[in-house]
Amino acid sequence: MATTEKQKSDITHKYLRPQKSFPSVWCPGCGNGIVMGAFVRVVDKLGYSKDEVAMVSGIGCTSRLPVYLDFNSLHTTHGRALAFATGVKFGQPKMKVVVITGDGDALAIGGNHFIHACRRNIDITCILINNHTYGMTGGQGSPTTPEDAISTTTPYGNVEKHFDPCDLAMAAGATYVARGTVTHYPQMEKIISAGLEHEGFSLIEIISNCHTYYGRLNRKGDAPAMLEQFKENAITTGKAKKMDEQELVGKYVIGKLHEDNVKSEFCCEYQKLIDHQKG
Amino acid sequence: MANKKKKLLQGNGACVEGAIYAGMTFYAGYPITPSTEIAEGCAKILPKLGGRFIQMEDEIASIAAIIGASITGHKAFTGTSGPGYSLMSESLGYAYMTETPIVVVNVQRGGPSTGLPTKVGQADTMQARWGTHGDYNAIAIAPSTVGECLTETIRAFNLAERFRTPVTVLLDEVMGHMREIIELPEKGDHEVFDRVKPTAKPEDFEAFEMTDNLVSPMPSYGEGYRYNVTGLTHDVHGFSTNRTDETIMKLDKLYNKIEHFKDEIFKSRVELVDDADVIFISYGTVSRAALQAMQIARKAGAKVGSIQLYTIWPFDYEMIKRATKNCKKVIVAEMNMGQICHEVQKVLDPSIKLETVQRYDGEIITPMELLEKLEEVL
Amino acid sequence: MSKLLDKIEIPKDRFEIRLSGSGGQGMIFGSVVLCEAIGQSGNKSVVQSQSYGPEARGGASKADVVISDNEIYYPKAMKLDLLLAMTQESLDKYYGDLKDHGVLIIDTSLVTEIPTEEFYGIEFTRLARNEIGSIVVSNVMALGAICALTGLFTKEALTEAVLARAPRGTEERNTKAIEIGYAEALKIKKD
Repeated sequence: MATTEKQKSDITHKYLRPQKSFPSVWCPGCGNGIVMGAFVRVVDKLGYSKDEVAMVSGIGCTSRLPVYLDFNSLHTTHGRALAFATGVKFGQPKMKVVVITGDGDALAIGGNHFIHACRRNIDITCILINNHTYGMTGGQGSPTTPEDAISTTTPYGNVEKHFDPCDLAMAAGATYVARGTVTHYPQMEKIISAGLEHEGFSLIEIISNCHTYYGRLNRKGDAPAMLEQFKENAITTGKAKKMDEQELVGKYVIGKLHEDNVKSEFCCEYQKLIDHQKG
Repeated sequence: MANKKKKLLQGNGACVEGAIYAGMTFYAGYPITPSTEIAEGCAKILPKLGGRFIQMEDEIASIAAIIGASITGHKAFTGTSGPGYSLMSESLGYAYMTETPIVVVNVQRGGPSTGLPTKVGQADTMQARWGTHGDYNAIAIAPSTVGECLTETIRAFNLAERFRTPVTVLLDEVMGHMREIIELPEKGDHEVFDRVKPTAKPEDFEAFEMTDNLVSPMPSYGEGYRYNVTGLTHDVHGFSTNRTDETIMKLDKLYNKIEHFKDEIFKSRVELVDDADVIFISYGTVSRAALQAMQIARKAGAKVGSIQLYTIWPFDYEMIKRATKNCKKVIVAEMNMGQICHEVQKVLDPSIKLETVQRYDGEIITPMELLEKLEEVL
Repeated sequence: MSKLLDKIEIPKDRFEIRLSGSGGQGMIFGSVVLCEAIGQSGNKSVVQSQSYGPEARGGASKADVVISDNEIYYPKAMKLDLLLAMTQESLDKYYGDLKDHGVLIIDTSLVTEIPTEEFYGIEFTRLARNEIGSIVVSNVMALGAICALTGLFTKEALTEAVLARAPRGTEERNTKAIEIGYAEALKIKKD
């Protein structure tokens, strides 16, 4: 597919890997591309050099994202991205370490690493793209699949309860937590930017669409229809405060949910220990 | 020669000393008997040297963290035992595939499963070769004294960096905990190998390029190369591929970078085999019982030799063939139900009978047991 | 019919020691400082090993030390040259491992049934309690006795090794324990 002059002038092209062939593995209309675009525009605005950014991911559709971008990229084993990223960040604390993960990767197989990365408050920005399903393997139920929802492993409706990743991160000790959706683009850039600039563990949950599986199985329509639904169901944090629990069922509370700039960051604390012990 | 500093150390502690000597600056681990002293030793010494220690949430995270740290340029290390080594298997495969140098010490205990946590075993020998899924080649080495725990750990790091691959050091509970007075090496006493860095310009750089020795120069993250690392089968640039030719090229590279240079890896101690009627073949702590039994038997007039394997994998079939050519019988002694004996059998001349002494009850094989076997087969 | 086993003997260059007692009597600590004292006294090889883990606590506890002028092959004891038994249980358990005419040292304040006439009996625990006011140092006192009876290491090296590892504030009673053990052993030492 030839690239037009207009496309080349787009900021994203500055960050796409020239050697990596497109099209991507993602279905047309997938929200992953929107997040990728937002991410590179934020990095560009913040003025980070490509060399200082390391992107770490696990396995899943979402986890393919770093491979397309011209940063240091580490595409690891399923669920372990945060553990690998902990090694990268602690090994080279000057780097901006970003984990791109999905709901299955981060919260099911990687749930243990997720809570411990939060607990350590290590300076990693974790962008969790939540599409409520396992896309790569074909639409199975995940820890964020809502109750009663249909997936290929919950063909009669999900009888399990779901995780709220933001609640989980806050309870586990993350010091910046925010949620957005792929529909709310400017706000998404804002929270990704804040997460990257925050010193400590930040979780950015982005609600995204898997119209191919989750959407189709639950009769939510195509990509534009799902994006429209996110718009309808998103509630800002300010509005949410005035609503009761019942009114918030099925809604996405978007915006900054938590920020703590007092709690110390892991690598900084360890550096103090080194300085003290080395004498 | 000036008197060197001597120290009473446990085998586990000597591994820490060896790792530090080799330039290890990053340790991630999880406590597990009987390896825990390695983690404790690293937690104490590393910050004093400006290095980094982190206790992870499990062994899966531990090996992930050291792979991440190795990619940022650290010589990275972890210690564990059977159950932890099993948990590490998947990401050990990731390190083989991504050609990331790391060193893992497995202080073996009785298994399977939780088994005998405080007792000795050597039943992870095959796991060190075949522990993760898929085709690959592996390096595993086994010291037998506290002094060798130090020197073999240095060798493990050198091999890991030289071959860009994980190296497993197989200890066992007895060796991990036993204490001996050893001389601490000074700078220059042992060679220390550092990984080869690329000289190509970033725009010409191929992360997994084919070189003469099949090992690609390895940059650290942050040095301007911005390459992709993936556990998917990948091409020379590090990007995933489904092409048959590129798949063959990658797997051949993983296999042959060790196979074609195995003479650099082999290490064994061959004693008194030329006139021997019977030869003991062993590794790790058991070799000390074998050497003892050989010494006692020789004094009593029996013609006995000993082969001790320091390099377990790759297996030195040719050496076994050569060293056993004049003998009548070999006795393979190991603390398991029979693992290395099958490798020996593969190359043994049909005229030579293979005998075994095996213990899997959590106790070490004694010289007396070997002598009794000797009596039986002579 | 035995061909080989009749002719074999344990190499004479090995000296094998076992310190045994009950968990908490400091047998492992004792074996570690013993190694260090030997290390300071010359160029001998030493190997220490111990029974490890939950089963080593309470009940019988043991630590072995093998000493040689040469390379030590087998790291554990094969036939003991010296057995220290601080309890009846440990004596019963390990007496059979002592070679004929091996050195047997017994804490006679705790052990009453002794299967041989050939032993050195010192009331380590009673002396530690009465003379020093703490039974914790009975192990160190036993090391003082081993020093006097074997000459494997000097009293000075032992004191140095003990003080290097013992908690601060215990220097005086540890030194005194070594002196008492040493002196008591000399009183009963056979030539």
